[in-house]
Amino acid sequence: MPTNLVVLAEARAGRLKRPSLEAISAALDLAGGAGGDVIALVVGNDLAAATEELARSGAKRVVAVESAALANYSGDGYCRAVLEALPALDAKAVLMAHTAMGKDLAPRIAAALETGLVSDAIALHCEGGQLGATKPVYAGKAYVKCTAATMPFMATLRPNNFEVKGSGSAEVTKSAPSFGVDELKALVKEVVAGASGSVPLQEAKVIVAGGRGLKEAEQFGLVEKLAEAFGPGVAAVGASRAVVDAGWRPHREQIGQTGKVVSPPLYIACGISGAIQHLAGMSTSKCIVAINKDPDAPIFKIADYGIVGDVFEVLPALTEAIRAATAH
Amino acid sequence: MNIVVCIKRCAATSAAIKVAADGKSIDPTGVEFELNPYDEFAVEQALLTREAAGGGEVTVVTLGSPDSVKELRDCLARGVDKAVLLKHTGDTDAFSTATMLATWLAEQKPDVVFMGKQAVDRDNSQVPQRVATILGYGCISEVKKLEFREGTFTAERDIEGGREVVECRVPAVISTNKGLNEPRYANLKGIMAAKKKPLAELDASPVAPALVVAAMQPPPSRPAGRVLGEGAGAVPALIDALKNEIKIL
Ligand SMILES: Cc1cc2nc3c(=O)[nH]c(=O)nc-3n(C[C@H](O)[C@H](O)[C@H](O)COP(=O)(O)OP(=O)(O)OC[C@H]3O[C@@H](n4cnc5c(N)ncnc54)[C@H](O)[C@@H]3O)c2cc1C
Ligand SMILES: Nc1ncnc2c1ncn2[C@@H]1O[C@H](COP(=O)(O)O)[C@@H](O)[C@H]1O
Repeated sequence: MPTNLVVLAEARAGRLKRPSLEAISAALDLAGGAGGDVIALVVGNDLAAATEELARSGAKRVVAVESAALANYSGDGYCRAVLEALPALDAKAVLMAHTAMGKDLAPRIAAALETGLVSDAIALHCEGGQLGATKPVYAGKAYVKCTAATMPFMATLRPNNFEVKGSGSAEVTKSAPSFGVDELKALVKEVVAGASGSVPLQEAKVIVAGGRGLKEAEQFGLVEKLAEAFGPGVAAVGASRAVVDAGWRPHREQIGQTGKVVSPPLYIACGISGAIQHLAGMSTSKCIVAINKDPDAPIFKIADYGIVGDVFEVLPALTEAIRAATAH
Repeated sequence: MNIVVCIKRCAATSAAIKVAADGKSIDPTGVEFELNPYDEFAVEQALLTREAAGGGEVTVVTLGSPDSVKELRDCLARGVDKAVLLKHTGDTDAFSTATMLATWLAEQKPDVVFMGKQAVDRDNSQVPQRVATILGYGCISEVKKLEFREGTFTAERDIEGGREVVECRVPAVISTNKGLNEPRYANLKGIMAAKKKPLAELDASPVAPALVVAAMQPPPSRPAGRVLGEGAGAVPALIDALKNEIKIL
């Protein structure tokens, strides 16, 4: 029987992604019941900083597969690198964060290993020695608990759902893949960074989202100003589909069933009605604040705090107050 | 060009979902089913690719119950050339679905397979990458922009804080995201034409799922929230809550 819990950690441009540390903490918790060691496996190039951080994460071992051919993410390249490294790690479980990389990579590995994969898991279980996970289905309208009928058990974990708490010092081993970049089927030619200073939605501590209640594209500045008031690197701007379809905001900002699923510590919905497809993308946020002039808007049913009012009056006042509260 | 598009019949995104008596599945009573919204982009991209290539054939396939004939006909009415139903009832997961689809696809040898990025029932985002891995095809998932030139797809996909430009030669599996195109809908002429197009029904050779659903439950309810007040006057109460209750400020 395999014994270890392997976490596929993610580094982009040499930097470790925080959801990978969450996955390691989740694996440590799972190891508490399921036994075995937690091993972090990271693939990429220039991994010195990332492996150092992983060595302090609570994992027992860190394995880095490094090559210039892997400097950019490539689905089949990273999949091959992981498949080359896995046999030596005796994995009964393979876990990863449900990020853009995790979503693309984990199913490829699962297919190659002919095993199951729980996507976007929000809890892991070990019951009677059986590994499993819980995930939202139907856009969060129901949750399913699944158990694995095949080995290894695999899951991708929803970011911002597992606390980072591990610490320690691990032994690090390095290896190189056996293949070159010319053997890969698909290649990333370019990585285009978004606007500088903007925080990726899935990593933001605070999301300020606006809807049709803002009336027109120009007024979205009120939403941006509130996000900025939290200080640099804290808040990101989100949007409902209504305003994305109207062309006020790009689709990458859309939150919901046909947009992004986010779960930040704080979500502020401004002039958003709370349609079932919007809730699908944000209902696992830790704290939800709603600002809407209609007291019967469905968004108030899931909001922790509500303000019934006009966004054109409330947002400037709230922006001032947040600025004052975050100024040192 | 030999183009295949994979679709799935899913509960409408507006449907209320109730857990069935078995505690493991949804109660379909009163639930409307429709073409998975992401698959609309896949169907459209298949048609656009055929048009750009100046010929070829688009086949739509689904693995599921005979009820899915309705969605297959909808795709034929939009302009797809022929349809295949791989009949299968009983439990599936992404592993078994991808394995069964790949078995059929391996015989068809398509140049490109279009799929949606995610089926909005189990919200997995797995089948396209799995099928590509099984077939040994290249794969680009969650594509928002796509060009095809001289046997190579160039695609853009969002990642956290930016986007990637990815190149992949055929044969390839492409999964489609919202924003890629504006799906056309069936018009009356299309609906009439669809009635004469071939729709084959085959039995899928069944594969057991790798995951077992132990339980399905409604989501935990959030503790009742509070309306803090009206207008800008309620802002101090909100700041106080964020500082002292949520401790985020
Ligand atoms: C297949 C499918 C997928 C979908 N996917 C998504 C998705 O991913 N994300 C998504 O968001 N939606 C999605 N939708 C759309 C969804 O059903 C709603 O239409 C959409 O969320 C509505 O956006 P909204 O809340 O901005 O607009 P509206 O529903 O029009 O709500 C505007 C709100 O603003 C309030 N308001 C107006 N003026 C003011 C003011 N001055 N001050 C304060 N409040 C004001 C109103 O009371 C109202 O509640 C999807 C729909 C379908 C069919
Ligand atoms: N039963 C099925 N039959 C045909 N295609 C499917 C099926 N299930 C999933 N797909 C395809 O795979 C995509 C992603 O689905 P999933 O991985 O289940 O989220 C869907 O948008 C479809 O294009």
